[in-house]
Amino acid sequence: MTVVHHEASPELRLGRLGGLFHDTWVVALRNTRRMLRIPEIFMFGLLQPIMFVVLFTYVFGGSMKIGNTTDPNVYKNFLMAGIFAQTVTFATAGAGAGIAEDMHKGLVDRFRSLPMARGAVLTGRTVADLVQTALTLVVLAGVALIVGWRPGSMNPTDIGRILGGFGLLLLLGYAFTWIGALIGLSVRTPEAATSGGLIWLFPVTFISNAFVDSSQMTPWLRHIAEWNPFSATVQAARKLFGDPGLSQSHAWPMQHPVWASLIYSVLIIVVFRTFAVRKYRSAEG
Amino acid sequence: MEAAIRAEGLVKTFGDVRALDGVDLEVPPGTVLGLLGPNGAGKTTTVRCLTTLLRPDSGTAHVAGEDVLRHPDRVRRLMGLSGQFAAVDEYLTGRENLVMVGRLYQMPRRAARARADELLEWFNLADAGDRITKNYSGGMRRRLDLAAALVVRPPVMFMDEPTTGLDPRNRLALWDVIKSLVEEGTTLLLTTQYLEEADHLADDIAVVDHGRVIARGTADKLKAQVGGERVEVVVRDPARLDDARAALVRHAQGEPVVNERMRRITVPVSGGAGLLAEAIRDLDAIGAELDDIGLRRPTLDDVFLSLTGHAAEQGNGEGATTEGGDEDADAAKDKKKDRKDRVSQR
Repeated sequence: MTVVHHEASPELRLGRLGGLFHDTWVVALRNTRRMLRIPEIFMFGLLQPIMFVVLFTYVFGGSMKIGNTTDPNVYKNFLMAGIFAQTVTFATAGAGAGIAEDMHKGLVDRFRSLPMARGAVLTGRTVADLVQTALTLVVLAGVALIVGWRPGSMNPTDIGRILGGFGLLLLLGYAFTWIGALIGLSVRTPEAATSGGLIWLFPVTFISNAFVDSSQMTPWLRHIAEWNPFSATVQAARKLFGDPGLSQSHAWPMQHPVWASLIYSVLIIVVFRTFAVRKYRSAEG
Repeated sequence: MEAAIRAEGLVKTFGDVRALDGVDLEVPPGTVLGLLGPNGAGKTTTVRCLTTLLRPDSGTAHVAGEDVLRHPDRVRRLMGLSGQFAAVDEYLTGRENLVMVGRLYQMPRRAARARADELLEWFNLADAGDRITKNYSGGMRRRLDLAAALVVRPPVMFMDEPTTGLDPRNRLALWDVIKSLVEEGTTLLLTTQYLEEADHLADDIAVVDHGRVIARGTADKLKAQVGGERVEVVVRDPARLDDARAALVRHAQGEPVVNERMRRITVPVSGGAGLLAEAIRDLDAIGAELDDIGLRRPTLDDVFLSLTGHAAEQGNGEGATTEGGDEDADAAKDKKKDRKDRVSQR
């Protein structure tokens, strides 16, 4: 049998944009397949936010002051948008570790030696992470409902708003995976990408309105919290879910959270995608 | 005819290190160039520059007629790369890996599947095709990696240390595969630290050291440059070493070298096989019992040593273990000493 009978041609079937979609799809499929083969990662990724829901609800529940009340039921409903938002940002570490591992194992070299669209390897990864994040959110929302979260009412407009809230959360998660991608390309080992991908998320998610009412913070901290891109999405989700404890601050992102959330997320995607793709193209595997 | 691979004046620096210091290469279509050199010589960096993975600081390169720097995408469609570290996805099966690569060349799904089947069959991986590659042996992974590089039947192939770390059986099997690729007309650039491998597979050899090509030519031509056949004799009884040396000295084209510990006498000669018969008769006449006798032509090891001043195995990192253990290491040391002796005589 002839195995080499040369057929390679310098032309591709698909155009530039078609190629990008095609290659992204192939890579996303590959990453999703990997996730299914290593279900532990998904399970642990799920366990942590569930733990947070339970711990924050029952441990902090009675002692957190939201507006003028410390009613645990109010805090419970206040809290969920914060936990959802924190959960989607934790996908950052997964994306970073995955890309660092591909670099480490030589797969990035393999991909870069193929006539692929430039952004496809990273976009494929972030899209696969988005799918995983969406699944996590679905499970988490189920747990939230079980412990007593009651978003809006069940009329059609409210359902639309609730879905919109989840949409903004996913967009934020997607934006953050691009930060993770850049981290993954910049560190030497997958382990470094995991810890490097997580560590900065703690200040970002805690100096915000996610777990406490930011109006009770020291003024300088409060300003950071109110302009924190992360807070904008939390506020937007709260607003769309009809949850209590909306920040009454005059800061623009708190007044127009949906717009702020959209703008911040898109901005993060544009900036970090640009840097990550540039870094990928010149990566030394 | 235009060269299938051509590099001119490739320079690449990493910080203070000049990894490539002006590499020139030319590989005619359908031939194999062996890039030979120790770890850190610049072999991998050369391959990375030629395969669009790394942009050289200066110099030009063409692969299959396409300019590597100007049209990297066109080059990528015409070449296959099989790396030093088998780059396959551990959590996909062998078949899934190959189909994915085919799809990334924009092959239609059906064609990508058919090609994957064909390659799995050819590389003896058909039975393992639906297993996750994490559980593959090193040899299987290497074969899959090579198969991945052949998905679109590229006219030009780059193989970076294809057999480093493989056991002898797998190495031989891979050599067979490589030979049949070449028979079908593939142009191949192969890097290796194994002199034997370059000798066996390559039409031409370029010896690389410190980021430069320091010698090139066929294996025979390089060996001829070093010159000097010699007769090597291992006598059974160390007490007879001096007698044996005396019996051989009349054939010598220089001073015979005696290694007492190895009971070995090395005699520079010219005159080939006929002379070997005479030497055996002379030793027989004095009743010296022999463990071994032979006519040795210079190996690429000798070539390397004489060109670089250090053995090919020197300065080795991970992959460069000397096979065969102590005896080989001793032999290499002897060779070095031998070499020094010869040099000092000039």
